[in-house]
Amino acid sequence: MKHIVKIMALLVALSAVWISLLQTSVLPKSQTWLLPLYFIVSLGCYGLLMVGVGLMHFPTCPHEAILLQQDVVEAKEFLKGKGVDVGTD
Amino acid sequence: MEAKADENKYSIIIPTYNERLNIALIVYLIFKHLPNVNFEIIVVDDGSPDGTQDIVKQLQEVYGEDRILLRPRAKKLGLGTAYVHGLKHATGNFVVIMDADLSHHPKYLPSFIKKQMETGSSIVTGTRYVKGGGVHGWNLMRKLTSRGANVLAQTFLWPGVSDLTGSFRLYKKSVLEDIISSCVSKGYVFQMEMIVRASRKGYHIEEVPITFVDRVYGSSKLGGSEIVEYLKGLLYLLVTT
Ligand SMILES: Nc1nc2c(ncn2[C@@H]2O[C@H](COP(=O)(O)OP(=O)(O)OP(=O)(O)O)[C@@H](O)[C@H]2O)c(=O)[nH]1
Ligand SMILES: [Mg+2]
Repeated sequence: MKHIVKIMALLVALSAVWISLLQTSVLPKSQTWLLPLYFIVSLGCYGLLMVGVGLMHFPTCPHEAILLQQDVVEAKEFLKGKGVDVGTD
Repeated sequence: MEAKADENKYSIIIPTYNERLNIALIVYLIFKHLPNVNFEIIVVDDGSPDGTQDIVKQLQEVYGEDRILLRPRAKKLGLGTAYVHGLKHATGNFVVIMDADLSHHPKYLPSFIKKQMETGSSIVTGTRYVKGGGVHGWNLMRKLTSRGANVLAQTFLWPGVSDLTGSFRLYKKSVLEDIISSCVSKGYVFQMEMIVRASRKGYHIEEVPITFVDRVYGSSKLGGSEIVEYLKGLLYLLVTT
C-alpha cells in the first residue's frame, strides 16, 4: 500500500469519528464543529515544538573538528613522505 | 548462510568531484582505521578539472591498484548514478557508501562493520541525531532546515530511521543492488529514497552514531534550491512508496 493511502485512510477514519460525533452530539455542536481546526492547529504546534526542541538539543561536536585537524596533519605528513601531492597549504 | 567474518569483503564506494586533497586524506584514514579488514576503495570521479584522478593514481602507487580502484566517468553525471556505476565494479559482499569530503570520518567504519556482524542487518546507517552523534560547523539556518526536514519526514513518512538524509551507510551488496534499481531521485533526495524504500521492503536497518564535521577543503556541490527539492522529494516518496 502506498504511504499516501495509509495517511488518507487515517484521515478518513478521523473524519468518520468526527461525523459520528456531530450526529450523536455527545459534545456541544459548536465545539464539535471546531475539532478539525483544533486538530490542524495542534499538529502545527507539535511540528514547531519538535523543531524547537530539536534545535535546542542539536547535538554538536566541536571537539571532533580539532581531532579532524590532527588527522589531516598526520595524513599529509605520511602522504608527502610517499610522494603523493597534497599541496603546500 | 552467513559468510564467516574473515570471508567478508567490503567495497567502499567514494564519489568525487574536485576532491583532490580530500581523497588523499580519506584514503589514508581508511587504511589507518581498517588495518585487518579485507576491503577495496572504488573512486568514482566525474572528470574533476582539479586533477583528482592524478592523485588517485598516486595513491594507487602507494597502496596498490587492487586496493584502490579508479572507475572514472567522462563528465559530471550526478551522485545517484555515480553509486550505480561504482556498484557495478564492486567485488565485495558488502558495500560502504561515503562522501569524500571528510564529513564522513573513516574512524566510524569499524563500528558499522561491528554493528552489522552483531545484528546481521542488511543496512547500517550512520545517524547524527542520537547520543554520541553530532554535527559541527553548521549555522543556525542549516540546523533549522535540517531539523524541519527531519520533523516533516518523521511525521509524514514514518521511515523508521532517525537520520534520513545522512549518506554514510553500509549495505549488503545484494540489498543495495535491489533498492538502487528502484530509486530515481537525484541529489539529496536520493539518500532519503534509498533508506525509505529499504525500510518499506522490510530490510533490517540498524543505526550507529556518527559525528559530522562540515567540509573543510573544497566546495559544496549541492545547489541553492535544496529546500524545494526536498519538499518535492517528500511528496514523491509519499505517493510512490
Ligand atoms: N562522481 C561524482 N561525485 C559527486 C558529484 N557531486 C558530488 N559528488 C561527491 O559526492 C560527495 C558529497 O558531495 P558534497 O558536495 O559534499 O555534498 P554535501 O555533503 O551535501 O554538501 P557539503 O555541505 O558541501 O558537504 C562528495 O564526495 C562529492 O565530491 C557528481 O556529480 N559526481
Ligand atoms: Mg559533504
